[in-house]
Amino acid sequence: MTGTRSAMIPIQADAADLSRKPRSLWTDVLHQLLRNKGALAGAAIFVLIVIMAVAAPLIAPYAPYKLSVEDSLLPPNAQHWMGTDQFGRDILTRVIYGARTSVAMGFVAVAISVTTGTVLGLISGYYRGAIDMVVMRAVDVMLAFPGILLALVIIAILGPNLSSAMIAVGISGMPLFIRVVRGSVLSLRELEYLEAARVVGSRDSRILLRHVLPNVLAPVIVLATLGIPGAIISGAALSFLGLGVKPPTADWGAMLSEGRNFINAAWWLSTFPGLAIVVIVMAINLFGDGMRDALDPRLRL
Amino acid sequence: MLKYVQKRLLLAIPTILFTSIVVFLMLYLIPGDPASIYVGENKATPERMAQIRHAMGLDRPLYVQYGDFVWHALHGDLGRSLQTGRPVTKEILDRLPNTAELALAAMVIAVVLGIGLGLVSGLRRGTWLDTLAMMIALFGISVPIFWLGILLILLFAVHFHWFPATSTPGLRGLVLPAISLALLSAATLGRLVRSSILEVLQQEYLVTARAKGLRRAAVVMRHALPNAVIPVLTVIGLQFGSLLSGAVITESVFARPGLGKLVVDSIQNKDFPVVQGVILVLATVYIVINLLTDLTYAMVDPRIRFD
Repeated sequence: MTGTRSAMIPIQADAADLSRKPRSLWTDVLHQLLRNKGALAGAAIFVLIVIMAVAAPLIAPYAPYKLSVEDSLLPPNAQHWMGTDQFGRDILTRVIYGARTSVAMGFVAVAISVTTGTVLGLISGYYRGAIDMVVMRAVDVMLAFPGILLALVIIAILGPNLSSAMIAVGISGMPLFIRVVRGSVLSLRELEYLEAARVVGSRDSRILLRHVLPNVLAPVIVLATLGIPGAIISGAALSFLGLGVKPPTADWGAMLSEGRNFINAAWWLSTFPGLAIVVIVMAINLFGDGMRDALDPRLRL
Repeated sequence: MLKYVQKRLLLAIPTILFTSIVVFLMLYLIPGDPASIYVGENKATPERMAQIRHAMGLDRPLYVQYGDFVWHALHGDLGRSLQTGRPVTKEILDRLPNTAELALAAMVIAVVLGIGLGLVSGLRRGTWLDTLAMMIALFGISVPIFWLGILLILLFAVHFHWFPATSTPGLRGLVLPAISLALLSAATLGRLVRSSILEVLQQEYLVTARAKGLRRAAVVMRHALPNAVIPVLTVIGLQFGSLLSGAVITESVFARPGLGKLVVDSIQNKDFPVVQGVILVLATVYIVINLLTDLTYAMVDPRIRFD
């Protein structure tokens, strides 16, 4: 813990060392991140895209749903930088608006995974016994459905639309967080300060919240950051399959799917939304990798 | 070894059981009861609905219905499609070869390409080969399968006319789908092999081997590689699941009539017997593959067996 010093042993240290304040974990992480150019670039791009999504009505050149049949299937030109689709809608505009569903999917789905996963992991790891068995069996079953299949099951039950897609992707991501948090809790459980807290009479919930949770946060944050690109891709995939957003909502996955039908005549319909997905995913991956490297010596992921 | 096999089997069976329960319950979690789903848009009097419920066996206790479901499934009867009326098992068996072909081809490409990339960059660390290989890997994990598929179609089908744009039977129709499916796994494996090799190369027993006089190539082939490969084996098993899942998307991109396309179409058509059947089959296959991977891992790494 920071702040403990062995003042008894004389150490050869100069004044500069002694006067520097001990740095906490997070200040250290911040400093390391700031030195990682890739991570900074990734973060900057992601922030730009989020701003773009929020400010879409202000920056988009055209209206996203306005049909204009005489302008249909125009290749990229001066008026339409990314061309138009089969209904004459400007693709650049729809790409900008599409950022909204993707960013929303990324945040909402990961939020669902993190909160449910962390809560279940904490309870399961702390109390052990029957609850732990039940949760672990549930995790096994969830992991028995490869990849997108679990999301498909949930969408089959809830019906295909954007909110069920978000819930589906969120639940699919849950097992990972349950396992990681549970693992952390299991290794922290035996530590003496927890026993001390119990002896003093702290309620379980207080122990969990104040002592266990903060130490479990580091890997959770990294996994959550690295989970956002996966959630965005899963959401786009579901929309691509027609099981996510409904037309005419602008969404990168849905645009890719529509563009597939015109691939012979108009390559620009599918190319630009796909490019947008790649850019946002690479940006977040770069930032997430940087975060993981910055936190690396302090945990074993 | 036998004990380990027994232990893994004992774990796998309840997992399959619970998975089948989840799949069975799917039908009951949907708003509205199965009878109204079956009736669909048609109007039916309450008496008719009760008749249908009785005919479908819906008035029996849940566990009896589940037992019935399992009994029929074990005998190969997964019900009938609401859309076509044909047995679900037949629909699945018709399409299974397509999906299996695609998954296997992609697996081969992923393993060969992935291990190749990882070895090249691990053994030649810091050189331009390393950077190039890792950039390919980064590209591979960032590009969504459906976009990669479309790009490949644009380039090799529309522009060059080397391969067909939709998946035709035979080898030529398999190339583009298999590559787009394989790239993500290849990239993941490549990164893993690279870090695994780098870790193994630091081990002291390699220094000993060199000190004994072995040539560098022999040291790599006989000591470094076998140990580096071990963690990769488990990941290959996991990648199979990712391939199954990716096959669902790839089949839609390339209009390939496989299980993936079947399940997606069935969800959109609310054809629940088919959805249940396909998901049950795919999940069971995945669990069995995981079991086999674990057993292979135990055979290859003696340290696991004696735990």
